[in-house]
Amino acid sequence: MNLKEFEPKIVAFCCHYCAYAAADLAGSMRLQYPANIRIIRTPCTGRLEIEYFLKALENGADGVIVAGCEEGSCHFKEGNLAARRRVNYTGELLAESGLEKERVRMVNVSAANARRLVDAINEMVENVRRLGPNPLKEKTPMKQEICP
Amino acid sequence: MIVAERKNVPELIDIIKEHKNILVLGCGTCVTVCLAGGEREVSIISSALRIASKVRGLDLKVEELTIERQCDNIFIEQAADAINRNDAVLSLGCGAGVQAIAERYANKPVYAGLNTKFLGILEEHGIWTEKCAACGACVLHEYGGICPVTRCAKHLLNGPCGGSREDRCEVRPDRACAWQLIYQRLKNIGQLERLKKIELPKDWNASLSGGPRVIIREDHRI
Repeated sequence: MNLKEFEPKIVAFCCHYCAYAAADLAGSMRLQYPANIRIIRTPCTGRLEIEYFLKALENGADGVIVAGCEEGSCHFKEGNLAARRRVNYTGELLAESGLEKERVRMVNVSAANARRLVDAINEMVENVRRLGPNPLKEKTPMKQEICP
Repeated sequence: MIVAERKNVPELIDIIKEHKNILVLGCGTCVTVCLAGGEREVSIISSALRIASKVRGLDLKVEELTIERQCDNIFIEQAADAINRNDAVLSLGCGAGVQAIAERYANKPVYAGLNTKFLGILEEHGIWTEKCAACGACVLHEYGGICPVTRCAKHLLNGPCGGSREDRCEVRPDRACAWQLIYQRLKNIGQLERLKKIELPKDWNASLSGGPRVIIREDHRI
């Protein structure tokens, strides 16, 4: 695949109480973020399991970004801290498996900070573009329900 | 409970690379509680194996199944179909589970996906500690319920060794000195007198040193 043509598909797990609202705010503020992102709203990033990140990548996503509340501001107290630990573990597991650990990343964004979310998304898209397509995708057709 | 830890992905791939269809078989008992080989870990390790096999260009198909206990015939039977339709089994049970499956499927390769570590307890979230060495002749009553065989790095029955710093073990400074714990505990329960007794050398025949152990209960045999 020509890297210039490569448009990564990135699954973004966004916490209902912060990053999802920030994405909404980004829309209201007319802040543009790339269409490479597929947002999945979650009640809290602490609800996310390692399996979810792995399944997304296994099924052809080029990257996974997990956007939770700022540390100390989790609606459920410590869900975002648990999410960060799981994201870190997933990164280690990916590295062991032969994928780049940078394909999964955790960011902390408040509901009022749309700019930060947009910046994080832009950065993630560029990082994943640099890494290139998920090598699993070339060997397995992407599942439509995950990355249309 | 039995505490185990997963092997790393490259090692697992190396173990199973010659097979095309693998059953990753979890166990719903001890290794589920120690987060090493339960349903969730089966899912995670299977995903990692699929990713690793695709990255390496191997054509590996991974099936997932978790049974209640891998060391029990009744539950092993429930995995019969899945075991039969795969080329090999990667067991996420403890060493006993792996062998129980292997003994019942004479023609099926069965591999260990975990390193079985010790008999221990969950100390706090994500931390397990060893408490019992299964020495076969328990001496806990002599030491206020703290096992010197397991928790003293030198396995001293007549301790302390004199090398501890404060309450830390000189062998592993990040570990508590078992003999400090024993002293404190015996003091708390008013049994310090016990320490005056010289313990004779332990009969290690009851341990693994005497060969693999078997327990036969005639009253339960049919």
